Amino acid sequence: MDENRRDFLKKAGVGSLVGLGVVSAIGVVAQNEGNASTPSESNASGKRLGMVIDTTKCKEGCTKCQEICHSIHNVPDFKLSNDSPDLKHEIKWIWKEKFHNTFPSKSDQFTSGNLKQKNFLVLCNHCKDAPCVRVCPTQATFKRPDGIVLMDFHRCIGCRFCMAACPYGSRSFNWMDPREENNEKLVGGIDIDGSFPTRERGVVEKCNLCAERLAKNLKPACVEICPEGALTFGDLNDPNSEIRSILKSNNTIQRKSELGTGPSVFYIV
Amino acid sequence: MFDTGKVIAGLVIFVALVTFPIWGSLGGNAEKPKLVMPTNAEQCVESVEFMRANHMQLLDDWRQDVVRNGNRTYTSTNGTKFDMSLSATDKKSCTSCHTSKEQFCDACHNYASVTPYCWECHVEPKENI
Repeated sequence: MDENRRDFLKKAGVGSLVGLGVVSAIGVVAQNEGNASTPSESNASGKRLGMVIDTTKCKEGCTKCQEICHSIHNVPDFKLSNDSPDLKHEIKWIWKEKFHNTFPSKSDQFTSGNLKQKNFLVLCNHCKDAPCVRVCPTQATFKRPDGIVLMDFHRCIGCRFCMAACPYGSRSFNWMDPREENNEKLVGGIDIDGSFPTRERGVVEKCNLCAERLAKNLKPACVEICPEGALTFGDLNDPNSEIRSILKSNNTIQRKSELGTGPSVFYIV
Repeated sequence: MFDTGKVIAGLVIFVALVTFPIWGSLGGNAEKPKLVMPTNAEQCVESVEFMRANHMQLLDDWRQDVVRNGNRTYTSTNGTKFDMSLSATDKKSCTSCHTSKEQFCDACHNYASVTPYCWECHVEPKENI
């Protein structure tokens, strides 16, 4: 070895500079590729279906929208042996939550009494930048061009990444077969609606914004049945739509908007 | 060689047993499945030959088209339009003509020993007894 310490340090310095340069160049290239395929950009034009829920009109104790939704979509009703709801296996598409669960970041020390008491209607927010779509390894959950976050039950492998990713708890997992043993009825003695499939054990499910009804030019069932007219459905990207005029003339809030998911369900509180 | 007779007899029995699946089916005992054809329609969405060979591919294409592309109408090769649906009861679907799963789907599937899991989720038609 006739190399002295000085030469060795010089060479090592040059070598590490070259190495750093290559690494950062790769980083820049990779970032550019990533930017090209962000879901929010690919959906910049076209429709974005959404909903406004006027909670001042929504009646306490009324469950009409929940009943119709769960019956036309064959949602089972798991019960414990003492006939109380089985919360561990519960499947829900649309349901009610307390204010501090619905808007955790907006509940304050002195939230007014009626807000604290009230139950708020919640469902899948059909987010603009939906985390469930991002994490789904089989693309069973995907974003339709009209903004609906839809599930292809055929493709769901039941990994439940989407359930971990959804900040709203809008997704339910079928821990047990939703049908009764004889296949005639759903668990809970509910008649099966033949116009819509059921699910099987090991599949995640959630609100589909009544995609099957929209295909027939009908509004979502919850919007149609609400006797108070508390739900308004429409295209958020159409500045002349009814939903946009309601959004313009009212103060509305979204659930956990600070997370950047861009919920398409708005609340008049 | 010792015990030639026994060895050869044993070999003959062994070969006969091993090849049983081949000569056992020579008699043509297995009955071909008999399908109950629909009475309310003359023609399926495509020709019988096509459906017999490709119904599984067609159904797979349909599900892709309906769920992922949002297109619910199928135009057959002769130009007729159909709703793409396996089992819906509120519009025309496969099961509005093929009203019995047992006498149509199962007849062949059991014969061919295939068990597709369509009916785990899709609602099979009520047998009209």
